[in-house]
Amino acid sequence: MSHSEVTTESRAVRVLLITAAGGVVTLFLLLPLMAVFIEALRKGWEVFFEALRDEAALSAVKLTLTAAAISVPMNTLFGVAAAWAVTKFRFKGRALLISLIDLPFAVSPVIAGLVWVLLFGSQGWFGEWLEKYDLKIIFALPGIVIATAFVTFPFVARELIPLMESQGSDQEEAAVTLGAGGWKIFWRVTVPNIKWGLLYGILLCNARAMGEFGAVSVVSGHIRGETNTLPLHVEVLYNEYQFSAAFACATLLALLALVTLGIKSAIEHFTGHVANGH
Amino acid sequence: MSISIHSIHKTFGTYKALEDISLEVPNGSLTALLGPSGSGKTTLLRIVAGLESADPGPGRILFHGENVVDIPAGKRQVGFVFQHYALFRHMTVADNISFGLTVLPRNQRPSRNEINDRVAELISLVKLDGLHQRRPHELSGGQRQRVALARALAIRPKVLLLDEPFGALDAQVRKDLRRWLRLFHDEIGLTTLFVTHDQEEALELADQVVVMRNARIEQVGPPQKIYDHPRTPFVYEFLGNVNKLVTPDGVTRYVRPHEIEVKFAAELDLQTDRLAEVQHLFSAGPVASLSVRADDGQFIEVEISRKQLEEMALSVGDKVALGLPATS
Repeated sequence: MSHSEVTTESRAVRVLLITAAGGVVTLFLLLPLMAVFIEALRKGWEVFFEALRDEAALSAVKLTLTAAAISVPMNTLFGVAAAWAVTKFRFKGRALLISLIDLPFAVSPVIAGLVWVLLFGSQGWFGEWLEKYDLKIIFALPGIVIATAFVTFPFVARELIPLMESQGSDQEEAAVTLGAGGWKIFWRVTVPNIKWGLLYGILLCNARAMGEFGAVSVVSGHIRGETNTLPLHVEVLYNEYQFSAAFACATLLALLALVTLGIKSAIEHFTGHVANGH
Repeated sequence: MSISIHSIHKTFGTYKALEDISLEVPNGSLTALLGPSGSGKTTLLRIVAGLESADPGPGRILFHGENVVDIPAGKRQVGFVFQHYALFRHMTVADNISFGLTVLPRNQRPSRNEINDRVAELISLVKLDGLHQRRPHELSGGQRQRVALARALAIRPKVLLLDEPFGALDAQVRKDLRRWLRLFHDEIGLTTLFVTHDQEEALELADQVVVMRNARIEQVGPPQKIYDHPRTPFVYEFLGNVNKLVTPDGVTRYVRPHEIEVKFAAELDLQTDRLAEVQHLFSAGPVASLSVRADDGQFIEVEISRKQLEEMALSVGDKVALGLPATS
C-alpha cells in the first residue's frame, strides 16, 4: 500500500492540529456570523421583518445601492484603464501611477473621508464657491459617492495589474500585425483574457463599496432617512439600543458577504478548470 | 517582395540596440538573422514589422521600393510569427487563423463563406486538418507554431517575419519543423526573414545568412560562403567548432576540426605538420572526434571519418602528425 502522505505526525498530533484550526475558524469566523443571525431573530421573524420594512432602513438600502451603482462602474472603468496603461505601455511616471493607485489602501478611511470635508465642506477650500451655486456635496449623496469611490478605487486595478503583467503584450502585438485597431484589440483580445480577474475585482469592489463605514461616516452627516447608508444605519440602531433591528439590518450585509464569497469560489472553481488545461 | 534596409539606428535610453544597419533581403529569399542574444536581431525584425520604430533620421525600410517607415504595423501587411506563438488563448484554431480577416473594415472584409474557405485552405496548407475547433492549450508546440504561421499567412502578407521560430520546441520537433519550413518556403515563395541564435539552423535553412553582433552586422552571405570564408574571428567562432591556433611566429589562425589531416607520426613533414598526442577519443557518431595535444602544449580538436579511425587503429596516448591546411 502506498500512501501519498507528506507528514509523518502521529494520529494524535493530526487530530489536535485539525481541532485547533477548526476551533479558530469557528471562534473567529463562524461564531460572529451565527451571532448576527441569532441576534437578528431573537425577537422573532415579526420584529426582523419590521426592522427591514422600516422607512429609514429602506432608504439606507436604497442609498447604499445607489452609491455602489455609481462608484463600482466608475472604478471598473478607471481600474481597467489604469491597468491597461500601466501594463501595456512604458512611460515616465509609471511607477508613481502604480503607487498612487494603492494610495486609498494605505490611507485610513477616516482620513479618506476628512479630505473631502476639507475640500468641499462649508469651511473647506471650495465651500464658499459651492454654496454660491447651491451645490451640496458633503452631507449629501455626491459626498457619499465620492468617498466610496475613493476607498474602493484600487480593487479592480489591483486585481488586473498582476494578471495583465503576467500575460504580457504578445497577443496584443500579434493582433496589431494582423491589422486590428485599438478598440478591436481591447474587446476581442484583452477583455476575454482578463474577464475572470475583472469580474473578481468588480465583486470585491462592490462588497467594499456596500460595506464601507469609515470614510462614508465622516462625509454623511448621519441624517436619518437621507444620508445613512446601510452600515451607518446599523450603527445608529445599535446606539439606540435597538439590538434586534440593528442585527436584522446587519444580516443584509452578512448575506452580501456570503453571496460575494459564493460567487468568488464559483469563479475560482471555473477558472481553476480552465487553468488546468494549460 | 524584397526588403531593403538603409542605415537604421535604434537606441533604448542610452543602450544602442542597432547601429547603422543596412541590408538587402532579395525577393523570395529565406534570410536568417543570426547572432547571440543582445546582438539586436530581434529588434531589427520588430522594426521591419513596425512593432518598434527606428530612431528618427534618414533611415529607411523599403518593401519592393516603397518606404514603409511611416506606415503603422497594422497596415504594413507583414506576417509575424512570435517566439512563443502569441496565439489567442480563448479562440479556436479556426478563429485564430481568421482573426486578421474578421478585423478588416466592413467594406474590405470577405464574406463569412470566403473566410471559412480561406481558413480551410490554410489549415490544410500547414497540415492541421481536423484541428479546426481545438484551442491552443490542446495543441503540441509544433502544432501551435503552425497555427501561428497560418494566422500570419491569412492576411496574404507581403513578407513573412519569424522570431526564433523553433526556439520553444524540443530537439526532434525542431529538426522536423525546420525541414518542413524549408519545403514550405519553396512552395509558397514568400520573402521570409527569420531570427535565430542557432548557427546550425541558420546554415541549414537559409539562402542568405546575416551574422549580427553588438548591434551591428558582421557579415552577410550564402551559408557556405560564410562558413568557408568568415570575415572576422567572431564569425569564425560563432559558426561552429573551430580551433584557435597560434603559429610559432605568433600569428593566430582559425582552423575547423575537419580541415586538419591526421597521419601516423612516422609521416611527419617537418615543414608543414605538427606532432601531437591523442588525449581523448569520441567515436559515438557519424564522425570521430579527437582531442589532441600538440608538441607546443596547445589542445586541438580534430574530426576524422570512423573509417580512418579504424584503419589507423588510434588509441589514447598515440602520437600522430597533424597536417594543417595551407593558409589562404
